[in-house]
Amino acid sequence: MTIRHIPPFARARGLGAAGHGTAHWWAQRVSAAGLVPLVLWFALALAGGAAADHAKLVAWLAAPLNSGLMILLLMAGFHHAALGLQVLAEDYIHSGARFVAVAAIQLACFAGAVFGIASVLRVALMP
Amino acid sequence: MSHRRPKSPNMQNYRPQLTSVLSFGHRLSGVALSLGAFGLAGWLMAGASGQDAFGSAQALLLSVPGRIALFLVTLALFYHLCNGVRHLVWDSGRGFELRAIYAGGWTVVGTSLILALALWTWWPA
Repeated sequence: MTIRHIPPFARARGLGAAGHGTAHWWAQRVSAAGLVPLVLWFALALAGGAAADHAKLVAWLAAPLNSGLMILLLMAGFHHAALGLQVLAEDYIHSGARFVAVAAIQLACFAGAVFGIASVLRVALMP
Repeated sequence: MSHRRPKSPNMQNYRPQLTSVLSFGHRLSGVALSLGAFGLAGWLMAGASGQDAFGSAQALLLSVPGRIALFLVTLALFYHLCNGVRHLVWDSGRGFELRAIYAGGWTVVGTSLILALALWTWWPA
């Protein structure tokens, strides 16, 4: 017996029951691929003493290449975190709290990215 | 929806194997890294707020509990990074033979441990 969750036309288009298809899966892979060089860059910079004290942090983060990469790291990182945590909420929360959790995850990750980026810009644009 | 039925995943029914332990580790390290991302945002806010706020943030990070948390986040980072690459290889349709799955799994464990320890050996602070 086949259980059909998806109408024939939707199945033919391959977009799944919710109409979102592979968007979540693909965004998770794209952000993952972007994060590979970004986290290695950040780890090497920290190991190299980029943030050993406040003056060094400001000088390092204010360089356009570093501010840009840090903003990319925050965007890709929080996007990837939101996508991954959403999967955990969907897998492990079996009540109506699931929707609240998914919304809270997305809002919190959005806020984290914005506060982080605002801080980078504050340092980068400091007179 | 029936609320009394057992729901998947029923982890208690399975003997731990490298595959399942690494899979769960990928999720657990992902949660740790999500917390780490908020830590990074807070750390950057402290840095943007000035010398005093950054000094307090650094003191917290370089305290003994701070260093333990940082080391665990580093370990989670390199594990999630290596195992994430393993996932990307699977996504390309390769590496599904049982031997390859175990070889890749042990490679990920070894590589992530080496990278985490190397970074902490190198770290100046």
